[in-house]
Amino acid sequence: MRKSATWRAAGAVGAAVLLSVGVTACSSGGSSSSTTTGASGGSYTWWDPYPQHDESSSWAKRVQTCGDEAGVTIKRTAYDTTALTNQALLAAQEGTSPDVILIDNPAVSTLADTGMLTTTKDLGLDTSAIDANLLAAGQTGSDTWGIPIGANTLALYYNKTILDAAGVDPSTVTSWDSLDAALAKIKAAGHKGITFAGIGTEEGSFQFLPWFWGAGADLTTLDSPEAVKALSLWTDWVKQGYAPNSVIQNSQNTTWEEFLTGDFGFAENGTWQVNSAKSASFPTGVITLPGVTGGAAPAPTGGEFIVAPVQKDTGRYTATKKIIDCMTTTDGFVQTADTFAYYIPPTTDGQAALLKEHPELSTWVDAVKAAKGRTSDDLGTKYPKISEQLWTAVQQALSGSASPQDALTKAQAAAQKAIG
Amino acid sequence: MKHSTSPVSSGVLAPEAATAASGAPPGPRRAAHGMHGPRWAALAFATPLLVYLVVFYAYPLWRNVDLALHDYTPRAFVRGDAKFVGLKNFVDVITSDTFRPALVHTLAFVAVSLVFQYSIGLALAVFFRQSFRLSAVLRGMFLVPWLLPLIVSASTWAWMLNSDNGIVNSVLVAFGGDRVNWLTDPHLALWSVIIANIWLGIPFNLVILYSGLQNIPTDLYEAASLDGAGSWATFWRITFPLLAPVSAITLLLGLIYTLKVVDVIWIMTTGGPGDSSITFAVWSYREAFGTGQPAFSPAAAIGSLLIVLALVFGFVYLRLQRRQEES
Repeated sequence: MRKSATWRAAGAVGAAVLLSVGVTACSSGGSSSSTTTGASGGSYTWWDPYPQHDESSSWAKRVQTCGDEAGVTIKRTAYDTTALTNQALLAAQEGTSPDVILIDNPAVSTLADTGMLTTTKDLGLDTSAIDANLLAAGQTGSDTWGIPIGANTLALYYNKTILDAAGVDPSTVTSWDSLDAALAKIKAAGHKGITFAGIGTEEGSFQFLPWFWGAGADLTTLDSPEAVKALSLWTDWVKQGYAPNSVIQNSQNTTWEEFLTGDFGFAENGTWQVNSAKSASFPTGVITLPGVTGGAAPAPTGGEFIVAPVQKDTGRYTATKKIIDCMTTTDGFVQTADTFAYYIPPTTDGQAALLKEHPELSTWVDAVKAAKGRTSDDLGTKYPKISEQLWTAVQQALSGSASPQDALTKAQAAAQKAIG
Repeated sequence: MKHSTSPVSSGVLAPEAATAASGAPPGPRRAAHGMHGPRWAALAFATPLLVYLVVFYAYPLWRNVDLALHDYTPRAFVRGDAKFVGLKNFVDVITSDTFRPALVHTLAFVAVSLVFQYSIGLALAVFFRQSFRLSAVLRGMFLVPWLLPLIVSASTWAWMLNSDNGIVNSVLVAFGGDRVNWLTDPHLALWSVIIANIWLGIPFNLVILYSGLQNIPTDLYEAASLDGAGSWATFWRITFPLLAPVSAITLLLGLIYTLKVVDVIWIMTTGGPGDSSITFAVWSYREAFGTGQPAFSPAAAIGSLLIVLALVFGFVYLRLQRRQEES
C-alpha cells in the first residue's frame, strides 16, 4: 500500500516532467508560424541567412513587396547560415516549418533528404531558364528542390601594382604552369605570391575544389593521380614560399585581410569581395581560376536556393508559389544581385541584364558559368562527409604531417567508410 | 567564460544550490489526509528539487545516451525514426583513426594545463597575500583573462601566434630567431593551445586559492616565524597542507572545465592541422556542428566518453575527500 503510493507519486512527477519537456519543445519553434494575423491573405513566414539586412533594409522591403503582390504579409526572420540549417531541421521535426527558406545550396540536399521540402514540380515552378550547372546543386535523382536566387563563386584576384613590378601580365595566367611561372617571378621581385584559405572547415574544401576539379579529379575518388597533383600544387606553393604558412589556418576572411595588406600578388576569393577590392589601396583585377592545362577551372558555386518546405495546409502553396515567382523573375534576379553586390543571376537573361549595368563583372559571369555545385553529380548528402575528409587531407599535406599521396589515400579510405 | 558558470552548472556544487531552491513554498498538497500525510508532504517539498534534477540533469543525460545508441542522421532526426544501433557508435568512435590522438591530446591538454594553472595560480596567490602597495590593483589585473569574452582572447592568441603576421614571431625575428609555425606545425599546435589555456585558467586558480589563503589563521604564521621558520618552510609546512582541501576542489573543478574546453581550441586551430590538436570535446563538437552534415550520434558517443572520464575523476576526488575526513 505504502509502496504503491510512492510509485504513484513518482509517476505523477514523471508525467509532470514529460509535460513540461513537451511544452518547452513545442514552444521553441512554434512561434514562427503561429502568428497568423495581419493582411487579408494571412501571414507567411520567411527565413533567410542575411541577418546583416535588418527590417529597414532594401532587401527586407523587397521581400515584403513580393508578399504584397501575392496578397499576404511576410514575416521575415534572419538566421546565421549554419544556425539556419539546424533551425530548419528542428522546425521540420516539430511540424512548424516556415513557408519559404533561403538556404545555402549544399544544405538543400540535406533538407530534401528528410522529406521536408516540396519539389519545384509540386509547386508548379518553372526552372527551364535556370543554368543547369547551378540548378544541379539542388537536384537529387529526378527531383528539383528549389531555385537558386543567385550564384557566386571563386576567382583569382590580383594586385596590379605587384604584378606590374614583377613583370607579370595577368592575361597570360591561364594554366597551372603559367601561374607557377608568375608566382616565381613575383617571389623573385621580393613579394609574396598567393594566398588562399586552407582552414580545416568547409571553407578549406571550398577553396581547394577549383584546383581539385581543375586537375580533372572527382570527389568519388579522392586519391586519384589528378587529386594528388592538385594537392601537390598547393603543398609546393607553401614549401617554395609562394604561399605563406598561415594558409593552413586561414579562413577566407583572413586570406582577404592578407591580400589587402598589399604584399600579395594573387588571392583566391569570392564574388562577395568585389566591392572591397574596388576600395583597396592598390589597383586590383580578377581572372578566372585556371585549370591544369588551361581554360577556366570549375569552381564550386556558392549562394542560396529558395525552397518551400512541406506544409500541412497545402492551400498555402498558391501564395508561396507567387512569392517565389516574384523573387525569380529576370528583374528579380538582377535586383537580388544589386542588393547583395555579390550574386550573379542564374539565368542567361539575368546575366545579360546585369552585364549591361555592370560590364566589369564579366569575369564573374564566366566563372559562374563554369562553376559546379558541390552536391552535384548526385552526391547529395554524401558530399559533407567527403568534404570533411578532403579538408583533413589538405591540412595534413600543407602542414607536412603527411605527403599529398598518403593524406589522400587515407582520406579516400575514411570517406568510403563514412558514406558506407 | 567557462569558469563563470561554476556554482550552478558543476555537478559537485549543484545539490546545495538546488536544495536552496526547494525552500520555495510547497504545493497545495498539504490537504492530504490519513496516515500517509507526512510522507505526501515530504514528497511535495521534494518535488521542485526532483523536477529540477530530472529536467536539467536526468533528461539531457538520458537524451545523450539515447542519441549515442541510435543512428541519428538529419533525416532520422526530422522523421523521428532513428534506427537503434546499440554500441555501434561507440565502436566506430573507438576504432576511428582520430581516437588515439584525441585521447592522448585530451590527457596531455588537461594534465599540463592543470599543473601550470595550479602552480602559477598558487604562486601568485601567495605573492599577493603579503599586501603591498598596488597589490589589489595588480590582483585585479590578473583577472582580465577571465573577464574577456573567450572569442576575443582566443582570437587574440591566434593572431599573436600567426606564422607570418603574429607578434610573437616578429619578436623572435627581431632578436635574430627563426619563425615558428605555432599553430600550423603539427608538433606545436597542441602546445600553443595549451599555453593559451593556461593563461586563461590562472585567474580562476588565483581567486580560489587566494580566498583559501585568507582562511588560514595568521597566528600560525606568527608562531612559525617565532620558531624561526623561513618562508620556504612556512609554505611547505603551513600554507600547502592547510590549503589541501581548497587545492583539491580547485583541481577537480579545473579538471572538469579543462576536459570540456572547445572554444579556445576551435577558434585557434579547429583541432588541426589535421587531428594534431584535437581533444574529445573538440572532436565531439566537430562531429555535431563542424561539418556540413550534423552527425549527432557519434558526437553524443564521444560526449558520453567524456562524461565517464569526468565521472572517474569525480569519484577519485570523493575517495580522497573521505580519506582526508577519516584521518
